[in-house]
Amino acid sequence: MGAFKLHAPTASNAPAALAIGKLSLFSFRNYTEVRIHCDAAPIVLVGANGGGKTNLLEAISLLAPGRGLRRALLADLQNRTLSSEPWGVAADLDTPDGPLVIGTGRAPCSEGTQDHRLVHINGQPARSANALAEPIALTWITPEMDRLVGEGATARRKFLDRLVYSFDPAHGARVRRYDKAMRERLRLLREGRAEAVWLAGLESDMAQTAVAIAAARLHMIRHLRTVLAESDDPFPRPLIAARGTAEDQLTDHPALQVEDTLRAAFARARSDDAQHGTCAVGAHRSDLRITHRAKNCPAESCSTGEQKALLIALMLAYVRLLTIQRDMAPLFLLDDIAAHLDSCRRAALFDALRALGCQAWLTGTDQDDFAALAPYAQFFRVTDGQVTLL
Amino acid sequence: MLSPLDHLARQLARLPGIGPRSARRMVLHMLKKREGVMYPLIDSMTRAAEQVKECTTCGNLGGSDPCELCTDRTRDPTLLCVVESVADLWAMERARVFRGRYHVLGGTLSALDGVRPADLRIDKLLTRANDAGVKEVILALNATVEGQTTAHYLAERLVPIGVSVTRLAHGLPVGGELDHLDDGTLAAALLARRQAG
Repeated sequence: MGAFKLHAPTASNAPAALAIGKLSLFSFRNYTEVRIHCDAAPIVLVGANGGGKTNLLEAISLLAPGRGLRRALLADLQNRTLSSEPWGVAADLDTPDGPLVIGTGRAPCSEGTQDHRLVHINGQPARSANALAEPIALTWITPEMDRLVGEGATARRKFLDRLVYSFDPAHGARVRRYDKAMRERLRLLREGRAEAVWLAGLESDMAQTAVAIAAARLHMIRHLRTVLAESDDPFPRPLIAARGTAEDQLTDHPALQVEDTLRAAFARARSDDAQHGTCAVGAHRSDLRITHRAKNCPAESCSTGEQKALLIALMLAYVRLLTIQRDMAPLFLLDDIAAHLDSCRRAALFDALRALGCQAWLTGTDQDDFAALAPYAQFFRVTDGQVTLL
Repeated sequence: MLSPLDHLARQLARLPGIGPRSARRMVLHMLKKREGVMYPLIDSMTRAAEQVKECTTCGNLGGSDPCELCTDRTRDPTLLCVVESVADLWAMERARVFRGRYHVLGGTLSALDGVRPADLRIDKLLTRANDAGVKEVILALNATVEGQTTAHYLAERLVPIGVSVTRLAHGLPVGGELDHLDDGTLAAALLARRQAG
């Protein structure tokens, strides 16, 4: 992750926003074909459950690299009545650098080829979806993320790694490398006939990669803390920390020393790991700890509403960080966001979104929940795969 | 029953880097130019299948055993470069910077793929390092998990023999810019820094 100066955008120097002007979906989930023309302002999608609101956000999330906000398989995104027509999503976007056209979709099935996704940028085929990382900045907050706080460390760690990845595309490769070395080591331990030298080689690779992963996580935490400290939104301020063997030691020990410590820990844990079939220490055991700062209370002990508010505060800080780093407000998708928020916090969220200057896409079942946004936002009703401007 | 045309296309599609569509295009091209392309190709493939041998010394492929590189008297027998595959040996030769001898391992250690030390030409390497007056073994293995694990394994086995064990440097690519390097590569480049003057 490159170093960058942190300063909050002010009204006069607020960066331009990435905004969708036209969105087209074809054969995607419950949409056979739909086209939406929208303003740069916040977009509110309302409608009964099952109408396709989240599907629409999922389509937008596929304008970035990765598998979208549900991490679905390409085949699962296919409209069932148009199963022979590969799905596609296209968007005309306004960016600080001018207009941008993104098209992505499932490649037509052909014999002997794996299911894969095609990406076009301004009409030109891109080598992979990773090419979208440069022009597109987007993030989301979904009801599934509400469980982050109460769930185990794995979900929180993956969430943190996803945040890091947006800033540091090499992070994904590091995590995959570490996981692969760990799987190799576990296989050897399970088989019980590996030479110690072979295990030591894998553990050495794991230690080096674990330190690089931990350093990138700590880097992200430092920046988020800075932005959170400068934040003046009324949400409870979360105190965040990345905790783990490498993360804890990296704060006051040199990286090479932490590598040695990890190598020794891996070697010591061999017999236990062989017995339990897991790795007891390493970058895969780290956690993102979230604390309600004012109450000095771990987030998991807070009420559901407070947990949601802490998560929103964290994501608002992340969007600010993305805005500063990219010099462009990202697309921000907020699925079913009104749930668990009282009217005061809803109003505060809407104020924060306006201040961020990003094109936010919000969904909900009740239009009245978004009344405070009425003067600024565009409202669409979503019903059974049809989208109507209200 | 597959037609000869489909059979050939399917055989070609099994080759690395060739998909079904490319295979069909190749078949059509060969059938269109039987005299100029197809028969000479059949002849070349037959001769390669019959005459190309694996060098029992280094594992390289060539027309003789020992291979041309192992019998080349202008090459330095005290330097031994360990590569994963013949393709990597060819890559080193294209660079024209190494004038020692090679040892092709035939793969890298991988528990997930079931490749164990006994499946690689490691014992032969240790014998060569012991016997042939070798002073330095250069581990030119890929910077992947498997490549680096294998390099670590080989280093541990070679050091007790008393040879100098080195590996290719990791870091700043030629023509690369610092600003575009990821943190890991930059850290590797810093660790592998050299005296400039």
